[in-house]
Amino acid sequence: MSGVRLYFKYLSMLFRSQMQYRASFLLLTFGQFFIPFAVFASLYFMFERFGQLRSWSFFEVALIFGVIHMAFSIAECFARGFDMFSSLVGAGEFDRLLVRPRSTVVQVLGSQFEFTRFGRLLQSAIVLVWALAKLPIDWNVAKGITLALMIACGVFIFAGIFILFATLCFWTVQGLEVANIFTDGGREMAQYPLDIYKRWVTVFFTFVIPFGCVNYLPMLYILDRVEGRDLAYMAMPLAGAVFLVPCVLVWQIGVRHYRSTGS
Amino acid sequence: MRAYTSVWRLRFLLGLQYRTAAFAGIATQLFFGFIFIMIYIAFYEHGAGGAPIDLPDLISYTWLQQIFLTLIMLWYRDNEIFRLITSGNIAYELCRPCGIYGFWYAKLLGQRLAGASLRCLPLLPIALLLPEPYRLGFPPSIANLGLFILSLAIGLLIVVSVSMLLYISVFWTMSPVGSTLLISIAGEFFAGMVIPVPLMPEWLQKIANFLPFRWSADFPFRVYTGHIPEREALLGIAAQLVWIVVLIGFGQWLLSRALRRTVIQGG
Repeated sequence: MSGVRLYFKYLSMLFRSQMQYRASFLLLTFGQFFIPFAVFASLYFMFERFGQLRSWSFFEVALIFGVIHMAFSIAECFARGFDMFSSLVGAGEFDRLLVRPRSTVVQVLGSQFEFTRFGRLLQSAIVLVWALAKLPIDWNVAKGITLALMIACGVFIFAGIFILFATLCFWTVQGLEVANIFTDGGREMAQYPLDIYKRWVTVFFTFVIPFGCVNYLPMLYILDRVEGRDLAYMAMPLAGAVFLVPCVLVWQIGVRHYRSTGS
Repeated sequence: MRAYTSVWRLRFLLGLQYRTAAFAGIATQLFFGFIFIMIYIAFYEHGAGGAPIDLPDLISYTWLQQIFLTLIMLWYRDNEIFRLITSGNIAYELCRPCGIYGFWYAKLLGQRLAGASLRCLPLLPIALLLPEPYRLGFPPSIANLGLFILSLAIGLLIVVSVSMLLYISVFWTMSPVGSTLLISIAGEFFAGMVIPVPLMPEWLQKIANFLPFRWSADFPFRVYTGHIPEREALLGIAAQLVWIVVLIGFGQWLLSRALRRTVIQGG
């Protein structure tokens, strides 16, 4: 419990410090709004030209886009500390975290928080709401829960990837650019329904990094594209939470292997 | 001129030190290339008839974007220059016996060429040898290839000139992140990096034609595939040259104004 309190203390501290540069903060938030906006605009233009993507309509894809981009921007807000972890290790700052009597995960999470990513979050939320308003879905409680789970577990997947690549920094000291394939690449890929890709992509992003489980598969259920086994489809996003477990375990192992750069 | 070439060479050698980073870059670019192509293929399955660019041309276009990314993306910042300006170390730069505009220009150019040579050389043969339908096609004629290389080179000079303007703007804003982020998003979009220019709606293509960005990426790639015929390509290259003169002239004027009002605090 004290971990949670501590985390919110960190948050309010970071928020106040970022608000010191208000103009820069607003400009950045504004700019962050436009990054996914440009991507979404091109998605719109593609549909305007081609009409549909396989059996998917524009608003169905927009819903998928909204879910994955919301998950990504929330994860980027919260888990930014892990994303920037290489600088912490490179500068030897991680030593200071180790001597404090609190969990390293909470401290690294609290070391950074990108409030400017709210711009990004806002854009994806607008897309999500727009798509929801336009799609003729029979809503019930189960579907609502599924949608919430999809976003929450999507956050877990992105956070898990950030943690995993942060852990590798214990050995490499440098940040690894390959991480971009799984974070940025995963996001770009998962903003379209998974069945348009070749089999190797689908398999990898369902069973290794379960983007498909938080996005494509439960979406089939929400859009009534499958019959029966509702509960299985509803529970599918939990694969994202499961994905987080080994990531945190690997992190614990990594912490034990940590050798300071000494600088 | 000797001074500029040696800055250029130094940057080039520095870039070659980061080989693992280049390897990671290649993997990333390959992945993105595949994903984008699969998306285009899925779209084209449904009524490709009306599309203004053929699928094989579009696939080549996508690979060329990935292969030459370091040459064409606007967002390739040199934090060193930003720090020089904001920290006041610009004073040392002013002491150098050569023009600051040319000096930075050579620096940025060398950096990009180093990055590109590390990524292009391995990626190019891979893309050319991929199985169908993912293969990067050859240009239809030698003339197309020649025009492509020429227009890509001029396009590179355009990108560097635009990014020079971004650096110079820091003299006024002092904080590089906000303003440069917006310009680079717009620049990337209108260069056809998010959606290829031929697939944009008509009204958006008109806007793109009026901006310098598409001349550095979209134009050379379409010359490569023959989507822009040779005669039109020659006219395009003339337009590129006009852009270069305008951008460099404007940049030098802006820099001289910036330097005149620069006050360097001691410290």
